[in-house]
Amino acid sequence: MKVVGLSGSQIGSKTRVAVTATLKAISEKYPDVETTLIDLADYKMEFSDGRNYLDYEGDTGFVTKTIMEADAIVIGTPIFQASIPAALKNIFDLLPVNAFRDKVVSMLVTAGSAKHYMVADTQLKPILAYMKAQMVQTFVFILEEDFYQKEIINHDVIFRLERLAEDTVVLTETFTKIREEKEAAYDF
Amino acid sequence: MEKYRINPDNGMEFGIYTLGDHLPNPATGERISVQERLHDIIDYAVLAEQAGIDFFSVGESHQEYFATQAHAVVLSAIAQATSKIKIASSSTIISTSDPVRVYENFATLDLISNGRAEIVAGRASRVGLFDLLGYDLHNYEDLFEEKFDLLRLINENEIVNWSGEFRKPLRDAQVLPRPVNGSLPIWRAVGGTPASAMKAGFAGVPMFMAHLGGAASQFKRTVDSYREAARAGGHDPAQLPIATAGFFYAAETSQEALKELYPHINEGMKKTNGGGFPKQLFAQGVDPHNIMNIGSPQQIIEKILYQHEVFGHQRYIAQIDFGGMPMDNIKKNLELIGTEILPAIKKYTAKK
Repeated sequence: MKVVGLSGSQIGSKTRVAVTATLKAISEKYPDVETTLIDLADYKMEFSDGRNYLDYEGDTGFVTKTIMEADAIVIGTPIFQASIPAALKNIFDLLPVNAFRDKVVSMLVTAGSAKHYMVADTQLKPILAYMKAQMVQTFVFILEEDFYQKEIINHDVIFRLERLAEDTVVLTETFTKIREEKEAAYDF
Repeated sequence: MEKYRINPDNGMEFGIYTLGDHLPNPATGERISVQERLHDIIDYAVLAEQAGIDFFSVGESHQEYFATQAHAVVLSAIAQATSKIKIASSSTIISTSDPVRVYENFATLDLISNGRAEIVAGRASRVGLFDLLGYDLHNYEDLFEEKFDLLRLINENEIVNWSGEFRKPLRDAQVLPRPVNGSLPIWRAVGGTPASAMKAGFAGVPMFMAHLGGAASQFKRTVDSYREAARAGGHDPAQLPIATAGFFYAAETSQEALKELYPHINEGMKKTNGGGFPKQLFAQGVDPHNIMNIGSPQQIIEKILYQHEVFGHQRYIAQIDFGGMPMDNIKKNLELIGTEILPAIKKYTAKK
């Protein structure tokens, strides 16, 4: 199983810290799972121009291909101006419409204000649903005060991220099994 | 329809197309040499002609896993090896070619084949060829529209006066040679959405509609939009042929057909398109109302006749060879087409 952690911002550290913690929780509990972190701050991404993702070169090609090869994706997003960052939306725009078919996607949100709690439900989930993701419905919402010097200090958040890690892997295993059984039943 | 060398009285035309893909056979993981693949494509056309098939076309894709970048050259070899079958591109990416050169090639092809050549012009679904051939992807739409217009202008006029954005103007330019009957059938390739079909309709250009899968009735909207746009553009839809193009595979039973075809489509699409074909969608391909023509010969006959009833199209073309399909399977399909499918389709669609 391949899990990609996608930190969806070009700036800041909290989302990266939370995504890294989730991937670490996955590796510790499931050593066979291959985890990869993609922090958009590390890559120079082009804006989508509608071409097939295989036709992008450089960082853009690397990031899109890595996401497409994953079985599950942990998306971490900060909230900018009451929405997801343009950098993250660009990732969705770069991918095909069915990009998340047969993939599990889980979410964590870092925000400066609890007022942004509904952003993932109203803005991120519809995109993922359109792109045919199987979602881990419960996402982890993390506030600024849960971090101190690039570490998560709120144990409740740590527990929730551990559960997110577990749910991501269990749901991926489950859907893979269901799909394999269903495909075998077709007899072609 | 005469202008496009189609006589509806003879029934719906049945054709074959290949994208010229060069992919491994998923059963063995092995890929034949590019030389062998090119010779297979030429043989494929010869065998299609022997089976009584009306039309054979070859596509142009400038990327890994494809062999017919120089599709006009391949078509020329096919012209020489055959004598009756119509030959065309499917499609020529006019956006990244000089229309004068394309016309010279296809008019020559028409002369060599004694009046059997046609052009289907498209915009390309993968875009690597823009860099390769020296064009700017930002002009994707404008390049197509301008060059397609020029191609049609050259087709209608031996002496051309033209100016545009993407090449130097033509002043009293004579484009030679001229095809056998003065002009070539030129089609616009349409990806299946109504918006794209309407562009063909407004311009009064025959439409080549490609479809992967789904309900035939869904594509009816595209066909209706095309005819409506043609009418709005002052053209008579009754004089504009429509062709449809999609996956085809015949075997004794639909289950066998699915079994033999699926790995080729799924693995081939993963390599060329970056995503496979879900089994669930593929399994629906045998449904009588699904546009994919997969099944037993009798099921396919019923499907094609149903599609003909829905679309009222003049030509259907089948893609059989995608994804490293072995020649033996292709031959078996051609035999089923020639002996069972084609006679039935002609019988039910011919007017005389």
